[in-house]
Amino acid sequence: MSEAAIPTIATPHRRTSGALGDRMFAGAAVAAGVFVLVLLGAIILSLFIGGLPSFRAFGLGFLVQSDWDPVQQIYGAAVPIFGTLVTSVLALLMAVPLAFGIAFFLTELAPHWVRRPVGTAIELLAAVPSIIYGMWGFFVIVPAMADYIEPHVIDTLDGIPVLENLFAGPPFGTGLFTAALILAVMVIPFIAATMRDVFLTVPSVYKESAYGLGCTTWEVVRSVVLPYTRSSVVGGIMLGLGRALGETMAVTFVIGNTNRITANLFGSGNTIASLVALEFGESQTGSLKLSSLLALGFILFVISFIVLAISRLLLRPSAEAGARK
Amino acid sequence: MKLVSTVAALALAGSLGVSAHADEITGAGATFPAPVYSAWGEAAKSAAGIELNYQAIGSGGGQNQILNRTVDFGASDAPMSPDKLASGNLLQFPTVMGAVVLIVNLPGIKPNELKLTGDAVGAIYLGKITKWNDPELEKLNPGVKLPSTAIAPVYRADGSGTTYVFTSYLSAVDPDWKAQVGAATSVKWAAGNGAKGNDGVAALVRQVKGGIGYVEYAYASKNGLTTTELRNHDGKFVAPTAASFDAGAANGDWKGAKNFAVNLIDQPGAESWPILSPTFIELPKDPKDPAHSLAVMKFFDWAYSHGAEQAKKLDYIPLPESVENAVRASWKADIKGPDGAPVWK
Repeated sequence: MSEAAIPTIATPHRRTSGALGDRMFAGAAVAAGVFVLVLLGAIILSLFIGGLPSFRAFGLGFLVQSDWDPVQQIYGAAVPIFGTLVTSVLALLMAVPLAFGIAFFLTELAPHWVRRPVGTAIELLAAVPSIIYGMWGFFVIVPAMADYIEPHVIDTLDGIPVLENLFAGPPFGTGLFTAALILAVMVIPFIAATMRDVFLTVPSVYKESAYGLGCTTWEVVRSVVLPYTRSSVVGGIMLGLGRALGETMAVTFVIGNTNRITANLFGSGNTIASLVALEFGESQTGSLKLSSLLALGFILFVISFIVLAISRLLLRPSAEAGARK
Repeated sequence: MKLVSTVAALALAGSLGVSAHADEITGAGATFPAPVYSAWGEAAKSAAGIELNYQAIGSGGGQNQILNRTVDFGASDAPMSPDKLASGNLLQFPTVMGAVVLIVNLPGIKPNELKLTGDAVGAIYLGKITKWNDPELEKLNPGVKLPSTAIAPVYRADGSGTTYVFTSYLSAVDPDWKAQVGAATSVKWAAGNGAKGNDGVAALVRQVKGGIGYVEYAYASKNGLTTTELRNHDGKFVAPTAASFDAGAANGDWKGAKNFAVNLIDQPGAESWPILSPTFIELPKDPKDPAHSLAVMKFFDWAYSHGAEQAKKLDYIPLPESVENAVRASWKADIKGPDGAPVWK
C-alpha cells in the first residue's frame, strides 16, 4: 500500500516544483545576462558623461593633443594612448611565441609527470598580484636593464639605421621596453594556460591519423592542432591583450611616467591606466582634469572594444572556410 | 517577514553601534601628514578617548569628500581656494608643517656637501642643465669634484602636495619656471622620470647614478639619503635641519594670512630653509553632527597640546603656539551648531 502511495503523491509534486524551478532558473539566468549588459552600458555611459566636458573643451583634438599640463588646464590623450598601444603590442610580440612554446611543450613533448607541476606553476604565475610584478620589475629588472642590458644594446645597435633610434640612451632602466617586458611576463600565463587547455581538446584520432600519415610533430601541430583550435587561441591572445591594455600598478612602477611621445623604446612614457591611477587622487570634483581622466577611461573602453571587434573579424573567414569544408 | 525583522535588527544594531562610538571620527585626505595623524590617533585613543579613522587618499580626494560631507574632516597639503572654502562653508586650519628637501645620488658626495640654488634646480628640472659638471654647478661648489655624469631628474608621477610645494618654490625663485611650468599638484615636466610616492622617488634616486629628486624631509632622514644645501632668500646656504625649518616657519606671515593659508616658501632670515609648507584640515562650519565636530576639535586640541614631541620624532615641525591659539579662537568664532551656539567652548 505504501509502495503505491509514494509515486502517486510524489509525481505531481515533483512535476509542479520542476516547472516552477525551471521558470525561476530561466528567469535568474536571463536576469544575470541582462545585468551584465546593463552594467556594461552603465559604465560606458557614466564614463562618457563624465568625460563630456573634456570632449567639449578639446573636441577630437583630445585624441592627438600630446600636452598634459594641469597648470595651463590643457589635457590630451595622445601620449597615454601611444604608450598603451606600444607596450601592449610589444608585450604580445614577446609573450605569444613563448606562451605557444609552453603550451606546445606541455601538450605534445613533455613527459606526463612534468605536465602537472609545470601547468600548476603557470597557473600560479597568473595569480600573482600585479603590484608584486611591479616591485619585482622596479627592484630587479630596472637595475638589470640600466646596468647591463640597455648599455650593451645601445652600443651594439649604434650606427644601424632605425634600430639605433628605437634603442637609444640614456639607460635609465625604466621605459616602454621594460614595461612591455613586465607585461609580457604577466600575460604569458593567461595565454599559455588557454592554449594548453584548447590544445588538449583536439581529438586524438585527428592527431593519430596525421602521425599515421607520417607527419612530424611540428607538422601535426601546424596542420591539425592549430587550425582546429584557431579561434580559441586567438581568444586566449585577446585575453592577454586585454590584461596588458588595462594593467596599472606594474606598469606605473617601470614605465618612467613621462608625458612625452618618443620613438625610443628605452625612453619613458605613460599608459592610460597608469596615468588615471596616478592623477585620480589629486583631481577635484568638477575639474577639467577629472573629466579628462574619465574621458581617458572611455577611450580605453573603446580601444578594448576595437581590439575585440578586430579579433572577431579575423576569426570570421576561418569559420566560414571551416563550414565550407 | 523573517527577512524584514532581520534587516530591522541589523539596522538597530548599526545605529546602536554608531551611537556607542560617538567619539570615533573619520577624516580623509593628504598622504603627507598621514604618519603623524595615525601616531596621534593611536595616542589619543587612550589619552583623549577619541578614535581617529584617517584615510590617506590624497589632498584632492580629501577636499572632494569634505565638500560632499562624507567624512567629519578633510585634509589637504595645498590650502583650499577661498572661493571653495566659502561655497563649501568650511573652516580651514593648519596642523603641522613639513619641509621638502633635495636628494642626490652622486658617489663621493657627502650629505649637505653639495650647494644648490633655486635657479639651478629649476634649470635642472627644465632640462637646461644636463651634466653634473655644468659650469653653473661648479661655480656654486668650488672645491667639490663634480662628475661628468648626466643628471637624471626624478619627480613625483602621482599628483601630490609635495609637488605643489616644490613647484611653488621653483615658481617663486625662478622666473623661467614660473613662465614655462608653474605650480600645481602635478605639472608638465620638461625633463626626467616620474616615480610614485615619496618612497618611489627616493628609491629611483638611489638606483640611478646622477639622480636628483625632491622628497619630504622625513623620507630623506629615515632612509639616510644624501641631502643638499640650498640658498635661501637672504643668499645664505642652509642645510635641512630642524633649526633651519623652525627659523623658516617663524618668519612666515601667520597674522596676515587669510584662512591660515600662510606662505612659508622662500621666507627671509639668514637661517631659514626655503621650502616649507603647513598641511591643513577643513572642517564644516555648520556640522550636521555637532558631537563629531566637537570630537574633531578636541582631537586636534589634544594634538596641539600633547602631540608636538611625536611630530618632531617623525620629522614634522610643530606649529608656533600663537598659531595654535588663533586656531582655537577661530573654532569658537566660526563653528556653530544647529542652535547657533558655538560648538567649541
